[in-house]
Amino acid sequence: MSGEWPLWEVFVRARRGLSHTHVGSLHAADAGHALHNARDLYTRRQEGVSVWVVPAAAITASAPEDKASFFDPADDKVYRHPTFYEVPEGVDHL
Amino acid sequence: MTTGTGPGTDAATAGYLLRLGDDALIAGHRMAEVVTRAPQLEEDVALANIALDLLGQARPLLTRAGELEGEGRDEDTLAYLRDEPEFRNCLLVELPNTDFAHTIARHLLFSCYARELYAALAASTDDVLAGVAGKAVKELDYHRDHAAQWTVRLGDGTEESAARMAAALDAAWPHVDEMFTADPVISAAAASGAGVDPAGLRPAWDSAVDAVLAEAGLHRPDLPPQAGPGGRGGRHGLHTQSFGFLLAEMQHVHRSHPGAAW
Amino acid sequence: MTLTGTAPAGPRQRFDAMISGEERIEPRDWMPDDYRATLIRQIAQHAHSEIIGMQPEGNWITRAPSLKRKAVLIAKVQDEAGHGLYLYSAAETLGVDRAELLDLLHEGRQRYSSIFNYPTPTWADVGAIGWLVDGAAITNQVPLCRCSYGPYARAMVRICKEESFHQRQGFEILHVLARGTPRQRAMAQDAVDRWYWPSLMMFGPPDSESAHSGKSMAWRIKRYSNDDLRQRFVDIIAEQVRALGLTLPDPDLAWNAERGHYDFGAVDWAEFTAVLKGDGPCNRQRIEHRRAAHADGAWVREAARAHAAKQADRAAAREAAR
Repeated sequence: MSGEWPLWEVFVRARRGLSHTHVGSLHAADAGHALHNARDLYTRRQEGVSVWVVPAAAITASAPEDKASFFDPADDKVYRHPTFYEVPEGVDHL
Repeated sequence: MTTGTGPGTDAATAGYLLRLGDDALIAGHRMAEVVTRAPQLEEDVALANIALDLLGQARPLLTRAGELEGEGRDEDTLAYLRDEPEFRNCLLVELPNTDFAHTIARHLLFSCYARELYAALAASTDDVLAGVAGKAVKELDYHRDHAAQWTVRLGDGTEESAARMAAALDAAWPHVDEMFTADPVISAAAASGAGVDPAGLRPAWDSAVDAVLAEAGLHRPDLPPQAGPGGRGGRHGLHTQSFGFLLAEMQHVHRSHPGAAW
Repeated sequence: MTLTGTAPAGPRQRFDAMISGEERIEPRDWMPDDYRATLIRQIAQHAHSEIIGMQPEGNWITRAPSLKRKAVLIAKVQDEAGHGLYLYSAAETLGVDRAELLDLLHEGRQRYSSIFNYPTPTWADVGAIGWLVDGAAITNQVPLCRCSYGPYARAMVRICKEESFHQRQGFEILHVLARGTPRQRAMAQDAVDRWYWPSLMMFGPPDSESAHSGKSMAWRIKRYSNDDLRQRFVDIIAEQVRALGLTLPDPDLAWNAERGHYDFGAVDWAEFTAVLKGDGPCNRQRIEHRRAAHADGAWVREAARAHAAKQADRAAAREAAR
């Protein structure tokens, strides 16, 4: 409903060395408020050391219908994976 | 400094800890009353967090008060089996949740005070108190920020919210001075190094609160401190009318089953 | 990859293949309208249950008989608010707004679990709710962690992880009361007597009469039937009640070696229907409490919006002045 607080998506970094991961959403009036709410709602059990909030309306997503054109072309590029290559016996650290 | 009667007891510090513990206990109780009634579900979660922090401060403070008192009273005995005149909390923390603005006004004025208090008490000569204070100051930083954000939103929101916030500040303001007024117990604790003289916290409180009010477009109420009968207030055990109801509710089950464990 | 694959399948076939292949459906995927509607209805009802479920226990926060119990109870009621929010968040991925769902709740047009229409007159009710109501809820919810709709399944994983303490704290409350004074013990037994049957009703009507079960099973929203889950729950609590030293108010409760399950008595489905229809002891009170909180908060939500708009205007003006 237009009269209510906007929706924010929340991303939490569980610990240093990991990237921020999407955990859910919440409603808040402004960015500072969203950050407070995210901290209170999504890190009650020490789940995070850092939080991002992003207005849900600001996210551009790929469409599931585009899955074929977006992601399937990577299917046949097996040479991007190390297992594609044959390594002679006895060669280590490669 | 007054000392208690047995080894390891210290009546003055015990009395001081009781004041701190009661402030946290009653502030936490009032905050918890709002849970399930907040303006938005996210805020139920936020206020519950704050209530839990305050309760988490009250428990070790009361436990320590009981130890130093040396009469075998634990946190529950102190919370549930004292009568109204034995509670030493300041009057500000017991003010009722008339509306969300009143909750926020109380929360702002108290957390700005408690934040400065615990920052100073991290250096207390009482190790337990210093430990509680070190943890509490981080919690209070957040509480103060939470209260400040809401004060600004309400003060700088709609005409209605600004009027409600101003009225709530007016209701709480006369109880501000009490937080900064030392009684003999507080002075003794300050002299021993266990406590601090709250008067010294006032300048930092003034600048923190004034900055929030300025951003919120609100004015500092021009109201004198409310004097209790004979100049007595919460620190002397003389409370506001609503406090008896708070205690009756809080203590009823515990008192109905003398000696029972829970 | 080959270039000779099958002809491109329609959205319906892709959806069916994902369901039968145990893949998760995600928000922007095509889905049948009634799959979407079923999920919205179920997730919303689940979210509403968490939110209304804050009240029966929230009722005891100010009176909890020790400071430890008070802290545990605040944390538990807080979790319920959090769980409601995770679930509303999952529902919103289906294209509905939380505000709309709350309106439907407040207008009585969407349901919540009928269990919360029973009162909590004594402290022991907090224990009985934790043990029986949360126990039944967990039995219901664990299979939902594998539900076919991704956001719902993920919310349930988080909720189940957090809820493990809820049932334990309830059991502990009852355990302490059952070993306490005679009055405490009587209070515990009385609460168990009152919550046992309603907790069995939480699994929904018998399979023979369950309106939505078939489709939900086919869509992998639901994994086990109402009766199967009810049986699983009875088997668990029939054992646990012995450790409490209390009894369940069911004369027909008995181990059946042949079935390998406990037999139990007939649930009073007339009571279930009556409570569901609004004639439970607390239906009006629960909704009234929610409505009042929402209405009392309207000026606050409005103020926060107005402040955010002013801030945005000021930022824009600053930007323009540069």
